[in-house]
Amino acid sequence: MSMLNIELPGLSLKNPIMPASGCFGFGREYSQFYDLSMLGAIMIKATTVEPRFGNPTPRVAETTAGMLNAIGLQNPGLEKVISEELPWLAQYDVPIIANVAGSLEEDYVTVAKRISQAPNVHALELNISCPNVKEGGMAFGTIPEVARVLTRRVKEVSAVPVYVKLSPNVTNIVEMAKAIEAGGADGITMINTLVGMRLDLKTGKPILANRTGGLSGPAIKPVALRMIYEVSQAVDLPVIGMGGISSAEDVIEFFYAGASAVAVGTANFVDPFVCPTIIEQLPALIAQLGFDHISECTGRSWKQHGQLAYHRA
Amino acid sequence: MIKKEVCKIISQKEIASDIYELTVEAEFVSEIKTPGQFVHIRVGNGWDLLLRRPISISSFDKTLNQFTMIYRKEGKGTSCLAEMVPGMELDILGPLGNGFPVEEAEIGDTALLVGGGIGVPPLYELSKQLRAKGVKVVHVLGFQTESAVFYEQEFGETGVTYVATVDGSYGTKGFVTDVIDSRDLSFDCIYSCGPTPMLRALEQRYAGKKMFLSLEERMGCGIGACFACVCKQADDPSGVSYKKVCSDGPVFRAGEVLI
Ligand SMILES: Cc1cc2nc3c(=O)[nH]c(=O)nc-3n(C[C@H](O)[C@H](O)[C@H](O)COP(=O)(O)OP(=O)(O)OC[C@H]3O[C@@H](n4cnc5c(N)ncnc54)[C@H](O)[C@@H]3O)c2cc1C
Ligand SMILES: Cc1cc2nc3c(=O)[nH]c(=O)nc-3n(C[C@H](O)[C@H](O)[C@H](O)COP(=O)(O)O)c2cc1C
Ligand code: FES
Repeated sequence: MSMLNIELPGLSLKNPIMPASGCFGFGREYSQFYDLSMLGAIMIKATTVEPRFGNPTPRVAETTAGMLNAIGLQNPGLEKVISEELPWLAQYDVPIIANVAGSLEEDYVTVAKRISQAPNVHALELNISCPNVKEGGMAFGTIPEVARVLTRRVKEVSAVPVYVKLSPNVTNIVEMAKAIEAGGADGITMINTLVGMRLDLKTGKPILANRTGGLSGPAIKPVALRMIYEVSQAVDLPVIGMGGISSAEDVIEFFYAGASAVAVGTANFVDPFVCPTIIEQLPALIAQLGFDHISECTGRSWKQHGQLAYHRA
Repeated sequence: MIKKEVCKIISQKEIASDIYELTVEAEFVSEIKTPGQFVHIRVGNGWDLLLRRPISISSFDKTLNQFTMIYRKEGKGTSCLAEMVPGMELDILGPLGNGFPVEEAEIGDTALLVGGGIGVPPLYELSKQLRAKGVKVVHVLGFQTESAVFYEQEFGETGVTYVATVDGSYGTKGFVTDVIDSRDLSFDCIYSCGPTPMLRALEQRYAGKKMFLSLEERMGCGIGACFACVCKQADDPSGVSYKKVCSDGPVFRAGEVLI
């Protein structure tokens, strides 16, 4: 019997490991390294109505145990994603979570309605938390009422369950989580990147052309854990956790904090095999920790003794 | 095919001030297609220096399964790399990208190879391959100062080699373009790698010439997945058409992308 299968709204996962949006493109590049059907799911790059070029370069800068990015949601646009990327991904036995982005409420609604009808899209991830686009984006992720209304509008048109991706760039993340729960979200994904900056020693100017960028990688793991710990107790929605995961041990920590599945982002750049490696190492680690199934780890940091495992498949 | 491999260091030596020549053994040498491809090196085993470092392949030997890189000790990653000694291992992803097209130069043609600083290394393998094919090669190599000059003799073995230094401490004083002018060099095609202002100058001065330029950009994944390293296509300057330096480049035909 599998120790790793997980059932979440819209998602029957072989295992709870999936590449995070924006760190895996539409899968093509990583398919050179391993069979994508091994993954629990794939979160594809943010899709907007029209194609976007994104920000000027440099778009990335290294930080200690982390990196900043300001890609600016570059993507080929809704039509191309539907006509080329999703059909290509359909050759793999893996559910797709489509990351939906936009500048106006209408944009989100348009993308959500169309993309949720693609046969291999099993859930949406509303990206209301991208720190790298000037217009809109960020307001959706920082003002609870705006987030609630957007969630509701998207829920009305989506053919699949809707997860909302929370931004850590807020004073009260629980308030945001409650707002999107009130809006009818089926789940939460968290966290997106933290706004940061690096300066060039010689010029004194920001390294990134966009000046600021989103911090990701191992450096943000403690922040992600704390936020998941708070949110998973405050709402009755499953959480897909992310932020600096690079090992099987990290995955367990995220489950303890309250996650029911996890996504791996930046670590793919460091080790293209990181997802299959984690999937391979998890069963032994789970057994070593004395569990029969990974779902028993969810919320262990705050659950009372004897409380039932959540979302046990 | 791109491979991720733990490679043994065969040799490493400082060949000029802060310039290191590093040779490693790797199975993926058999996968190298063109001169000018690069690799992505993980520096150290921890997560402090998170991102891999892109470094060009400067020459390779398919019978020995070895390749050589030449890099400048710059920041944290390359400083860490410079500490490594033969026998130690490096986690390398490669070969990456598309290199210089040797087939674009005809037998009997004269190819001008223009390198600036740390852009010089990938031209070495190119020079050897062009020469072996029967193309006449002329090199113009630009450096900051005398102590930074490397591989003059090696390049000299495959063709005439001119050196320029910005401060005039060695060779011609000034930039590579000053050498091309003062020597009145004639050629059928140009291959170049170096700082962007140099590539831009070449592209403007020799518009219409057959020219291939190797670009540099900060990278995340190095394989085309993260959209960190994109540049605009020249035929759509205000639009959304793009190329990725890591997977479409790093070598582009002049005029293909905006630099
Ligand atoms: C395709 C390609 C081929 C290259 N080939 C060579 C080569 O053959 N020899 C050589 O000496 N250098 C080469 N470079 C430049 C080399 O990648 C940088 O000098 C190196 O990454 C600096 O790392 P660091 O840790 O010393 O500097 P740090 O400043 O500590 O690096 C911090 C971050 O910025 C990135 N970075 C810094 N400078 C550059 C740069 N110029 N280009 C891209 N990323 C940069 C680093 O990779 C790292 O992620 C190449 C770059 C590219 C894109
Ligand atoms: C280069 C890059 C691009 C990203 N693009 C997106 C995106 O398009 N949509 C999105 O919701 N999140 C995006 N993210 C955020 C990640 O999905 C993830 O939430 C974040 O990086 C934290 O996880 P990590 O530390 O494992 O990378 C991006 C992150 C990186 C590093
Ligand atoms: S570095 Fe990721 S796309 Fe080029």
